[in-house]
Amino acid sequence: MKVKESKFISGNEAIAYGAIAAGCRFFAGYPISPSSEIAENMSFLLPKYGGKFIQMEDEIASIGAAIGASIAGRKSMTATSGPGFSLKQENLGLACMAEIPLVVVNVMRGGPSTGAPTSPAQADILQSRWGTHGDHPIIVIAPTMVQEIFFEIVRAFNLAERFRNPVVFLIDEINGHMRAKVDIYDESELELWNRPKPENPKGWKTPYKRNEELVPLMPDFGEGARFNITGLDHSETGFPTGDPKVRQQLHYFLRDKIEKNKDKILKNEYMEVEDAEIIVVAYGSTARSAMRAVEVLGEKGVKVGLFRPITIFPVPEEDMYRVCKNAKKIVVPEMNLGQYILEVERVMKKQMPIVGVNRTDGEPITPEQIMEAIKD
Amino acid sequence: MARKETDYSKYLRLEYIPHIWCPGCGHGSIMKSIIRAVDALGLDKDKTALVSGIGCSSRIVGYMDFNTLHTTHGRALAFATGIKMARPELNVIVASGDGDATAIGGNHFIHACRRNIDITLVVFNNFIYGMTGGQYSPTTPIGSYASTSPYGNIDPSFNICRLAEAAGATYVARANVYSIAQADNFIKKGIQNKGFSVIEVITHCPTYYGRKNKLKTPADNLRWQKDVSVSIQKAKKMSEDELKGKIITGEFVNKTEKEYTQKYEEFVIGKAQGKI
Ligand code: SF4
Repeated sequence: MKVKESKFISGNEAIAYGAIAAGCRFFAGYPISPSSEIAENMSFLLPKYGGKFIQMEDEIASIGAAIGASIAGRKSMTATSGPGFSLKQENLGLACMAEIPLVVVNVMRGGPSTGAPTSPAQADILQSRWGTHGDHPIIVIAPTMVQEIFFEIVRAFNLAERFRNPVVFLIDEINGHMRAKVDIYDESELELWNRPKPENPKGWKTPYKRNEELVPLMPDFGEGARFNITGLDHSETGFPTGDPKVRQQLHYFLRDKIEKNKDKILKNEYMEVEDAEIIVVAYGSTARSAMRAVEVLGEKGVKVGLFRPITIFPVPEEDMYRVCKNAKKIVVPEMNLGQYILEVERVMKKQMPIVGVNRTDGEPITPEQIMEAIKD
Repeated sequence: MARKETDYSKYLRLEYIPHIWCPGCGHGSIMKSIIRAVDALGLDKDKTALVSGIGCSSRIVGYMDFNTLHTTHGRALAFATGIKMARPELNVIVASGDGDATAIGGNHFIHACRRNIDITLVVFNNFIYGMTGGQYSPTTPIGSYASTSPYGNIDPSFNICRLAEAAGATYVARANVYSIAQADNFIKKGIQNKGFSVIEVITHCPTYYGRKNKLKTPADNLRWQKDVSVSIQKAKKMSEDELKGKIITGEFVNKTEKEYTQKYEEFVIGKAQGKI
């Protein structure tokens, strides 16, 4: 792969560069710390590529505009932080229900409420899964390093398009603002996915007819198919329906579209997990401290490994179980009071002690804290 | 002059009719008015998007044969803005109720006016939330009864057209279902305007507003519309006292200003790509 340029940039900037490389041509946002640099960079970059940026009147409007642009055929993104993510939830649900490709970035900060606007936290893990009302399909990606952020945002767009589903992209104040040398790649160097569509959109009347991956073949607005999109329970035609059978089927489709394609959605990283007696399960910026802890203790002969889910939802149940089942203890560090640990406990059926390392004081979790929990 | 007969079926999804509206509801008249305007302009259905929020009026999108999008409560203009930005070649029309447009969607309403983006908003103003059972809205007249104002409404109302004008919309007009031909004309001009247009159409909800306010039959409601309406020309000669309780109909704003997506193309993309 040919590097286009190398830049010393922050995670937030890497999101902007990665989104452009992924083919994103529309961004709508609203100022909020610590995510504002994403909007700033998109406002600068997008028009250079013929794309469009708009600063909307609020968070709700910005996700609305992003969904609208996606319906009209543009790869779209919006970005926010904690409180803004709460505000976007209703429209996020519409995108799930109507199956509109979209990337929603949340640069997490402390909560609840205004919390700690410029301090790191991993406060919105469960909100990213269950924030909007109703059972709904969602994909959540939580990368760790700045270079990885560039590649993962590309993957986020690919998944959003391929499965016609919103992808929530979680980073936090640490990796959002951390600077590193990042290799930027051109569109032509990357494997990019576009949303499935009918071969001939003209006159297409069934926007929710599905392909073999259960993803609807929906034309874009303006392509010559005149159909209806609604947040109401709907049939294959997109028109609201009250038929219990059709409604139930729709909800199963929404669930199965993600569940049955897990192998294409999941991505994990493993470190020293073979015959590890203790396994750390960590994601996002906290995984960086976990890597250090595993490295240091490994050198001292402690049998400790790291399981790092990069797609955190859907939960990599089989992979996690396979890797962790022989461990005598599992350590789950997170900058919250214990959110993803609930998933780990569920998957591991509490067969071994599962301990959290948690803090919500606005300070990062250190390798030392994790080492202590490993040794305890 | 005889009006040209419109073939409504050309613009309706007949397979989904009968519609959900109550017998005697005014919304169907506005739907037909939109059809006549679109037909007169010869808009390409493939290149026309109709977007709505939530409420009785918002259900219009299901019945009309365009690119139709039924969104969340109050947010239709935000979605429509994204559609227009992404594909400026589309004609974008938004249908909204008084609660949808000026209560929960009030912020989007004023900002869409301010940007002057080429979208035509038709507000179906029936002074009530019909879909949820007749609660008072930002346009319910003082003293009127609603399911949440059993003792009479005390909230002053928004004047939607004045709000649109103050916020910067470049075409603003008001008509009513009683003289619906005027609405055809205003909607047509609104679509022709390269900018943000607001057409408020006074309509009626016999089921809730009417029943609670001594306007039980659809005919009572139409008569009421006729009685309270005053043309803008006539209103100019009337005193403030005489205008109390009246609803002024006519064109309030009709001006030309640079449209938002054009500005973006020319100034922002132009500068970013070093063309200007
Ligand atoms: S409730 Fe009122 S506004 Fe709604 S359909 Fe019935 S008459 Fe029309």
